[in-house]
Amino acid sequence: MLKTLRKIASIGLVSEAAPATDELLRVRSALDERITSVLGHALCIRHVDAGSCNGCELEIQALGNPYHNLEGRNLRFVASPRHADLLLVTGPVVRNMEAALKRVYAATPDPKLVVAVGDCGCTGGILGECPASLGRVSSVIPVDVAVPGCPPSPVRILQGILTAISAPA
Amino acid sequence: MPMRRWWDRAQPVVGAPGARGLGVGGEEWLQVARDVAASGGALLSLWITLEDPGTRAPRTDSPSDTAVYCAYLTDHGVLIVELALAPEDEEPRYPGLEEIFPAASRLQRAAFDLSGVRSSDPDTRPWLNHEKPYEFVRVDGEGVHEIAVGPVHAGTIEPGHFRFSVVGEKVLRLETRLGYVHKGIERRFCGLPILEGHRLAARVSGDSAVAFSWAYCQALEGMGGCAVPRRAVWLRAACLELERLANHIGDLGALGNDAGFAFGLAQFSRLKEDLLRAISAAFGRRYLFDIVVPGGMAVDLSQETADALAVTVRAVCSEAIELRGIYDEHEGVRDRFTAAGCLETPLAVRLGVLGLVGRASGLGRDLRVDVPCPPYTELHVARAVQPGGDVAARVAVRFDEVRESGRLLMQLLSALPDGERAVAMDSPADGAFGVGLVEGWRGPVLVALQAGPEGSIRRCHPHDPSWQNWPALEYAIMGNIVPDFPLINKSFNLAYSGVDL
Repeated sequence: MLKTLRKIASIGLVSEAAPATDELLRVRSALDERITSVLGHALCIRHVDAGSCNGCELEIQALGNPYHNLEGRNLRFVASPRHADLLLVTGPVVRNMEAALKRVYAATPDPKLVVAVGDCGCTGGILGECPASLGRVSSVIPVDVAVPGCPPSPVRILQGILTAISAPA
Repeated sequence: MPMRRWWDRAQPVVGAPGARGLGVGGEEWLQVARDVAASGGALLSLWITLEDPGTRAPRTDSPSDTAVYCAYLTDHGVLIVELALAPEDEEPRYPGLEEIFPAASRLQRAAFDLSGVRSSDPDTRPWLNHEKPYEFVRVDGEGVHEIAVGPVHAGTIEPGHFRFSVVGEKVLRLETRLGYVHKGIERRFCGLPILEGHRLAARVSGDSAVAFSWAYCQALEGMGGCAVPRRAVWLRAACLELERLANHIGDLGALGNDAGFAFGLAQFSRLKEDLLRAISAAFGRRYLFDIVVPGGMAVDLSQETADALAVTVRAVCSEAIELRGIYDEHEGVRDRFTAAGCLETPLAVRLGVLGLVGRASGLGRDLRVDVPCPPYTELHVARAVQPGGDVAARVAVRFDEVRESGRLLMQLLSALPDGERAVAMDSPADGAFGVGLVEGWRGPVLVALQAGPEGSIRRCHPHDPSWQNWPALEYAIMGNIVPDFPLINKSFNLAYSGVDL
């Protein structure tokens, strides 16, 4: 126990400042300003892997490390789409996940935001469209913000989330 | 020595060290499998190649190129066995291997979904094809009920479906249903130039980018007769050990968290971020995609950069060892880890379990020691083996491998040989065949590659050891309680994308 406490004390706080929003990531702005100002205070996020290679998942998990201080920014990952304001969707949408993604989207209460993460989510990536894959996320559900990268860094993903909940500049 | 007989008859295959290939007739297919099993070998993979990979159905008018292949891991090296399918059959069939190697069953079902060629396996349920109905095995009895979980899980992980049959909170049976992230990777390979296939290989399972792209390049370079510079080979090993380290460090944090010790997650996820940032400073990317390229490496390191990376690796590993002491002394953590999800050695042997999970159940196989490719021939890796088979054993193997990867990285980064980072290579000749075999962080990663005309890919089959280890998870959970499943599952940490292809 003493070792644990000593470790906590010696490491201290490592949280870093949040990145600025980036209008270039915005695909559409479906929410009016009043709603974004309300949502901006506390946001619940549900991640959906619609066909990813697991690279983007690793960087989304990294968002939870102490450097990024997610909960300190009122952002939280939740276990059910019914609790979520924003869906973070990775991968090209493969045929075997199409129904699940549509159901998750339908189960998320309005008003809802969608951030597509990674090159595959934004464009279909190296896999593109093929008999087993429908390609980009926006071919299946509406997307508000698209964060490219293979995989995008956690800071870039956070920037995408913050852009989605900010009022359009 | 029946195994010796097959080995002597087999012809060398380029790529992985010591690899051989053997063409067999119908009767011999099962005999080889029995002899491999009797000599302590393991089934690595099974796949089917069609005459025309662009169509789903085999072309029976010219079936000489329609064949079923399997890869075995033997004491001598990897043995590829090819069974050409009978020309006169309209619906060719081959003898299933599921009674000798249980892991073959799902491989055969997946191969059918992709090729339309069926084995003799009585389990004909679909695997990758989700358009057909799927029947889970029902467990009957008083008070037995089912819990269905997924494909979308509560955490940030890949999708798959778990069907638990439980009494109260005790698990009687678990059946995993995968294939949700099947994206047609094998077919996509056929649309890429062979000199660019390493990029897709890296994305078979993003957490094993180095392992898959190295295995791909190993096969390709063997086919093209390309002598990879010694410096590039050392840099590849450094990348592979960094990948192992990053994944193990991440898992150790998640395992602490699943045992109710959030401190562990906070500390290990901090260490993982430190490591990823150091990797990014050295190689220009946090995850090592597109860095192992045909002929060598995409990026070189200056000695100054290598030294800076080594400083972070040493710090991360020494903190990990300090945290191991905290885990070991924490009674709550110890209580959750010990005896949870136990996979005993005889069962692990029977199921043909591979890699890290195997080493935690007393199976010592490690390609870096058993059939090392350069530079592991010079590095003398110490294998990490634990006999326990429980979560505690899988945690201990990870800690041991963190220390060993740290040691290897110190050696690799301090003494990078002089020379080029890469040499140019040409596309191999049409029809050339090679295999690559690399010990990734989960276990042996195999890539079987065949060249097509004009620098194209005729066939590429990547294999992740999770194929063998998913069925083992189903056994390990039996008799445990449902709330221990996340912990036990995490201790295996198997690939979804890597097997769904």
